[in-house]
Amino acid sequence: MAQNKLNIKAEAKNLNFFYADGTKALKDVSLPVYENKITALIGPSGCGKSTFLRCFNRMHDLYPGNRYEGQILLHPDNTNVLAKGVDPIEVRMRISMVFQKPNPFPKSIYENVAYGLRVRGERSKSAVDDKVEEALKGASLWNEVKDRLQDLAFNLSGGQQQRLCIARALATDPEIMLFDEPTSALDPIATVNIEELMSGLKNKLSILIVTHNMQQAARISDYTAYMYLGEMIEFDATDKIFTNPGRKETEDYITGKFG
Amino acid sequence: MTTTQLKDPPISKRLAKNIKRNFVERVIEIILMFAALAATFITLGIVYILVTEASGFFKEVSIIEFLTSRQWSPLFEDAHYGILPLISGTLTTSFIALTIAIPIGTVAAIYLSEFASHKTRETVKPILELLVGVPTVVFGYFALLFVTPLLQKLNPDLPTFNMLGAGIVMGVMIIPYIASVAEDAMRAVPMNMREGSYAMGATKFQTAIRVVTPAATSGIIAAYILGISRAVGETMVVAIAAGQQPTFTFNPLEGAATITAYIVQVAMGDLPHGSLGYQSIFAAGMVLFVITFVFNILGHMARKRFAERY
Amino acid sequence: MMKKNSVSEESLIKPKTLEEVRAMIRSHKRNDFIFSSIGLLTITFALLTLLILFVDLVMDGYPKLNYQFFADFPSRRAANAGILSAWVGSSLIMLVTFITAVPMGVAAGVYLEEYAPKNWFTDIVEINVTNLAGVPSIIYGLLALGLFVYTFHLGQTIVTAGLTLGLLMLPIVIVSTREAIRSIPVAIREAAYAVGATKWQVVLHHVIQYSFGGILTGIIIGMARALGETAPIITVGALTFIAFLPPAPLTNVAPFISFEWLQSGFTVLPIQMFSWLSRPEHAFHINAAAAGAVIIMLTLVMNGTAIWLRYRIRKNIKW
Repeated sequence: MAQNKLNIKAEAKNLNFFYADGTKALKDVSLPVYENKITALIGPSGCGKSTFLRCFNRMHDLYPGNRYEGQILLHPDNTNVLAKGVDPIEVRMRISMVFQKPNPFPKSIYENVAYGLRVRGERSKSAVDDKVEEALKGASLWNEVKDRLQDLAFNLSGGQQQRLCIARALATDPEIMLFDEPTSALDPIATVNIEELMSGLKNKLSILIVTHNMQQAARISDYTAYMYLGEMIEFDATDKIFTNPGRKETEDYITGKFG
Repeated sequence: MTTTQLKDPPISKRLAKNIKRNFVERVIEIILMFAALAATFITLGIVYILVTEASGFFKEVSIIEFLTSRQWSPLFEDAHYGILPLISGTLTTSFIALTIAIPIGTVAAIYLSEFASHKTRETVKPILELLVGVPTVVFGYFALLFVTPLLQKLNPDLPTFNMLGAGIVMGVMIIPYIASVAEDAMRAVPMNMREGSYAMGATKFQTAIRVVTPAATSGIIAAYILGISRAVGETMVVAIAAGQQPTFTFNPLEGAATITAYIVQVAMGDLPHGSLGYQSIFAAGMVLFVITFVFNILGHMARKRFAERY
Repeated sequence: MMKKNSVSEESLIKPKTLEEVRAMIRSHKRNDFIFSSIGLLTITFALLTLLILFVDLVMDGYPKLNYQFFADFPSRRAANAGILSAWVGSSLIMLVTFITAVPMGVAAGVYLEEYAPKNWFTDIVEINVTNLAGVPSIIYGLLALGLFVYTFHLGQTIVTAGLTLGLLMLPIVIVSTREAIRSIPVAIREAAYAVGATKWQVVLHHVIQYSFGGILTGIIIGMARALGETAPIITVGALTFIAFLPPAPLTNVAPFISFEWLQSGFTVLPIQMFSWLSRPEHAFHINAAAAGAVIIMLTLVMNGTAIWLRYRIRKNIKW
């Protein structure tokens, strides 16, 4: 059931970002995130891709002094995520995030996945049970943990913890999922598991992933954006970026001339 | 000077092991080691003296009477040696103190760690440390001449020496201890975990209560144990404000003596070395030592069980 | 109106309308605000107690806070009583405390951090240090009474009191020495060894120098604690009414240093305050307040200095 019509789920428009000390980390970045597709952000260390990702769910608000300029529009309601009047909590209920280092809570596996539901005030035990199972299945973790849901999440391996974090993010049916280098702390087998997982997820939601690993971007993403020193250098279909990039800077990075 | 034929190839003088230098190094190391052993000697000394004097005491006093009698009057002609009144005094005052210190200290710690701005935190934490350094005799003055008169306005029947005033002041005194240690424990929780919670749409309060506090459980328990040890071992506030009449009661509106107050009272008097009265303070001290030692062990075990894993 | 959740057929979760979601977020944020206010209240309460304490003492003791107070011995007449013997006693005792606790504490801290092998023996030593920090101060008093005063026949003297407080202070010095040493990066140490220094040379010329500030902070805090401690000193046998000063340490006859003062009876500031407080007459309570004001000022200054010192160290360190 492939979507032939290409919808834009979210788009960044002329986004500038300033850290508390005045550093301008993002310069006039514009980017569409297509619905039910995986969009990858690549670029050398320090190019601003994580900074850009964290604008989508207003993570920078946690640290005083940061400043956004520009827009990130969510469709179909055309809400500007960065507007002063928009509540970051509301945004985070629609857009969830998986972090580089797996960060499960000091709770049981069940309670970790149920966290988002609890925060939203869901009290019905059967409803939560269902959602937890659905999310764990979606994260390809259900079979491994179904008999020990009350175990502490810390007892899982690194790869399992990360899938747990994915399940946690999934449980609240987000519209967009942000992945910040999700496999960089994991071994190759765990990495493969999660990449397969992500390909399956895009049927339900849209994915924006930051990755240090170009091959990973080539493997799983539909669209790729190359960033350098806070600017969006090139954005196109993944195939095109990796076989016939339009800009020389992109080509230099892809062929390993630097970075 | 020996003149031996060297069979091995000659070692350059610079690289040869310098015997004198090594000797000096060894000696220094041993001196330092003895310094470190001092701590062990102190503990041994404490245990030795408590056990020695207390065993002298228990030769005269049956342990059954000691543990079950509700009268403690070792200095009277008709002497009784039940430790229960001292324990009830200690427990009551400590209980009052901890009901104040633990909730307030915890809330203060959570606020400082999760809600307060950087500037607020940097200003308040040093002041908490200053509070920790205020001598307890000053708090004793405060309890007797400020808090008790205040309480007497509410309840004119309140005696001058009462456990409530002492307990309240002791509680206020312990708040900074608990707040400081608990706050340190919470600050140690990595930002990564908090971000995970906020990314799920949680508020500050939800993150603080559902994620950060559970993650810092080990340190928070350490803070509570520290508070309990302080309360049980506190001497001056209770000696000044709770009175020195050993009475078996749990009523805070009465005066009573704690284990610590009793020891001080006797030590201020003139008791011949070796007398039963003299030995009684060591018996009481031993009970105190065992109580605080048990709490230290409990705290240690609790911290191992809840050890942070992140 | 926007449906927040996309729902699978089997799920029992009722989709919330936007208004419902916003209302829920508002109520959660109210919890934020309520807790924040309570938290602020507790902090203010804690800070206020310090202020009230200090002001109360100064106001109560005001009539007696003058130069004469420091120059008078205690007396049966409250109006004439002063803290001369008390502050002299405190100073002399703190001297002994310093000599007892600092060399031994720093040496122990250095040993535990630099030399001690990781075996059960070291574990026991470390457990002991941690345990001792939690022992009530009056137990140290009992130790001193039984061992120092009687078994070792040191008597109820300045040297006994100084030793007792020194033992009390020892864990504090050990812990702050260890923490100060731990904050030195391995790289600096390795650089010293690479030049060919012996272990002791590295420790003496590098480790101790870099950690000096942190160690000093711990020493100041320990001394402030020793100044304010009452219970162990009472147990050791301070006198509460002494109208004499211990013999001076420095004399004008060869060999110019005397150790007689070590064997003198004594009193200290907190005990003087305690003794006045125990009298029913209101006039003595004024004296107690004045003494208390002096004590709290001294401890605040010492602790404040230690905190400031630590702040400066943290700011200036540029590894």
